[in-house]
Amino acid sequence: MITIDGTEVPFEAGQTIMDAALAADIYIPHLCHKPGLSPHGSCKLCTVDVDGRAVSACTLPAAEGQKIENNTPALNEVRKTITQMLFVEGNHLCPSCEKSGDCTLQAVGYHLGMLDGHFPQFYPRRAVDASHPTLMLDRDRCIMCELCVRASREIDGKDVFAISGRGTGRQLIVNSATGKLADSDIETDDLAAHICPVGAILIKDHGYEVPIGRRTFDLHSVAETDLEEIILKKTVHHDQDDESVEKEGGMYSA
Amino acid sequence: MPKVRVATTSLAGCFGCHMSFLDMDERIVGLLEHVEFSRSPINDIKHCEPCDIGLIEGALCNADNVHVLKEFRENCKILIAVGACAINGGVPAMRNNFTLAECLEEAFLDEIGVDNPQIPNDVEIPLLLSKVHPIHEVVKVDYYLPGCPPPADAFVKILTDLLEGKEPSLPKDMLHYD
Repeated sequence: MITIDGTEVPFEAGQTIMDAALAADIYIPHLCHKPGLSPHGSCKLCTVDVDGRAVSACTLPAAEGQKIENNTPALNEVRKTITQMLFVEGNHLCPSCEKSGDCTLQAVGYHLGMLDGHFPQFYPRRAVDASHPTLMLDRDRCIMCELCVRASREIDGKDVFAISGRGTGRQLIVNSATGKLADSDIETDDLAAHICPVGAILIKDHGYEVPIGRRTFDLHSVAETDLEEIILKKTVHHDQDDESVEKEGGMYSA
Repeated sequence: MPKVRVATTSLAGCFGCHMSFLDMDERIVGLLEHVEFSRSPINDIKHCEPCDIGLIEGALCNADNVHVLKEFRENCKILIAVGACAINGGVPAMRNNFTLAECLEEAFLDEIGVDNPQIPNDVEIPLLLSKVHPIHEVVKVDYYLPGCPPPADAFVKILTDLLEGKEPSLPKDMLHYD
């Protein structure tokens, strides 16, 4: 047993704190984590306090007797600051983004009560890739969570994306001779094309099928949808042999 | 008891926040029992006198925006950034992906259907800033009211809280960035 905010939570060997929390329907804010993909530990939103130390819940294995603080004002304030930094480092101008309302970064901002960006805006100018007939890539909105990188490698069985460069020069790159999406192996049905938690990878021609105000996070909090997703996942057939996921299962509604 | 003085302005904005403010409809009658307006597009007063609350819509895109913002900060005890543009630059900040020269050339020289192409340079026209900025990068902002625009209920809530001497707090269902 581990204890999260005073509640006893069971765990199995090999589970992370995040795995155990999600299995117990406890929401720990996160952006770079998705059950079924290997943990990444980059966004730091899932920072929890384990026996007095700040650690990432998505990467630390659960261990007997851990006393974990999760939903505390102090941790949520730190998470809000991290979210503000993610916002100002990209061009997250919600009114002009077609992902608005379905964007997990935005939903985490709502969840944490973020009202402003606090820090000076960085306003990056990175290349847009609209070469693909059905997908487009707006790197100014990428938060470097690498969900698409992992989805492509681990679920789609391809190797379409990677993060290249360091510091403010970091950006998402595409594995093709020209570096363009159109010349890569990506297909519209790939998980990598749908998993982006922000508006960096978009499906063309479908951006406004659901009107603003009626979208996922207009109607539900990120905590609700996140835990619902886990319940859906439990019903999805996951074939270990060919590592494919039945896409009709609704594992990833994004 | 003297009325609380409120001033409002739109910098690089679309006046959508002001329209949403007026969407409070008849509730403005009750508000006016406690509040009187100083400089505002609602009454067309041109300069800000000492005020209790200043509501700023819009981002900073030119020198006049900066001048007006500083006038508000000097005169208002409480300054509120209203809407996406004031808070993070919003839609006007989309021009930050281009140089100012590119924007001017596209709008006044190269755009289809431009007659007598020339870039305006009248001395009366405020100089454009090379980048659009949110207002907290220039003055201290006391409170933020997000949304594009913020709902009328959010205006009522923040003003009611302030009039009652409470720390403003926005309910989750009024918190939107779009």
